[in-house]
Amino acid sequence: MNEQVIGWNREQMAERAAQDIPNGAYVNLGIGIPEKVVRYVPEGREVIYHTENGLLGMGDAPEPGKEDPELINAGKKLVTAIPGAAYFHHADSFSMIRGNHIDICVLGAMQVAENGDLANWSTGNPDAIPAVGGAMDLVAGVKTINVITQHCTRNGEPKLVSKCTFPLTGVGVVSRIYTDLAVVDVTPDGFKLVELAPGVDFDYVQERTGCTLNAA
Amino acid sequence: MINKQVNSVHDAVANILDGATVMIGGFGEAGSPIELIHALIDHGAKDLTVVNNNTGSGHVGLAALIENKRVAKMICSFPRTANSTVFPELYKKGEIELELVPQGTLAERIRAGGAGVPAFYTATSVGTPLAEGKEVRNINGRDYVLEYGLTADFSLIKCLKADRYGNLIYNKTARNFAPIMAMAGKTTIVQTREYVDAGEIDPEIVVTPGIFVDQVVTVANPLHESELVAAEEVYP
Repeated sequence: MNEQVIGWNREQMAERAAQDIPNGAYVNLGIGIPEKVVRYVPEGREVIYHTENGLLGMGDAPEPGKEDPELINAGKKLVTAIPGAAYFHHADSFSMIRGNHIDICVLGAMQVAENGDLANWSTGNPDAIPAVGGAMDLVAGVKTINVITQHCTRNGEPKLVSKCTFPLTGVGVVSRIYTDLAVVDVTPDGFKLVELAPGVDFDYVQERTGCTLNAA
Repeated sequence: MINKQVNSVHDAVANILDGATVMIGGFGEAGSPIELIHALIDHGAKDLTVVNNNTGSGHVGLAALIENKRVAKMICSFPRTANSTVFPELYKKGEIELELVPQGTLAERIRAGGAGVPAFYTATSVGTPLAEGKEVRNINGRDYVLEYGLTADFSLIKCLKADRYGNLIYNKTARNFAPIMAMAGKTTIVQTREYVDAGEIDPEIVVTPGIFVDQVVTVANPLHESELVAAEEVYP
């Protein structure tokens, strides 16, 4: 069953998020849909991608035959380094993150609360092996945290909620959310609609949001 | 004459005792000193506390060390990876302890330990389950969690080139945790692809100064973990 009959698809969500990345930004992209953002940064803008395992100036996947298993990204996928790239150790890499030097991080989410709380690392299920990676460091230290996520879970539960029920990754950290249905900002007054996907109206998005959505 | 060279990986790990804390470099397979890890399995030290970002893949390297019941406790940020089955099985049976640390906090704890800084405050993990039970202090209007520096009895790392004094350079993103683990290990053991005389590495490009390095062993053609995992190799 394909429920996504209206709104933006995953590529379009990434394309929409890419429009908000300014020229000259240092950007860290999470695993999944956020990785696609690279393809859609508007022409004429130069963006430097940071991967927290130790590279500024991450490029595309290598051509066949040019792979180096010691040149990978945070998702452990093979990548390349652009001309002008830099390698560094983990403490330097997370100094860039924790020290507010990275401009934008685009991450996936399990839930986002109307005060900007983010849950994206654990369901809290006691049988699951907990794993956090760099998510908590990124949300605590990067200047702007944006989220790309489906508006609802596969079961139709809202992911934009009044309060996260999953364990938090960070408190009050999210600025903007790109979903299949809309672009939504986190403001002091809660969620505020920025833009609707084509063919989607406000009531449709509000019905699928777990709390009040303020009109644009 | 200063000479940090050791003849074999087995000689290099021979002094690692049961119960030791061992930092092992690498982020996934990039930078993993797989020959030193296999020598440590052969050596037999057990009840180890191991610090690494992950828990290994397949049945080789770090995963094999864990599978052979040598590790009592893992300190790491991400114990799950695509081919990681050994750790989850032991963890679910309660046969291995886990201290889960955010990746940047793990790196800074290691850096601090090596730099003689016993503890520091960080905003990372504030308000999350990983801050539970930790001291929180408000500094200039923001809450921070107290985290302690980490040191190790031994650090095992891999580099691209080492000279006679133990100055090191690395290959690409294989650098990851190695420079800070070299600082935090009381004894730091390095496997290098290439060994050169003093003076053959430009001092301007040395990444790890030799003062942080105790033993160097040459492994000219290290195994690739991903290839071993793809071939379903099991060590030993």
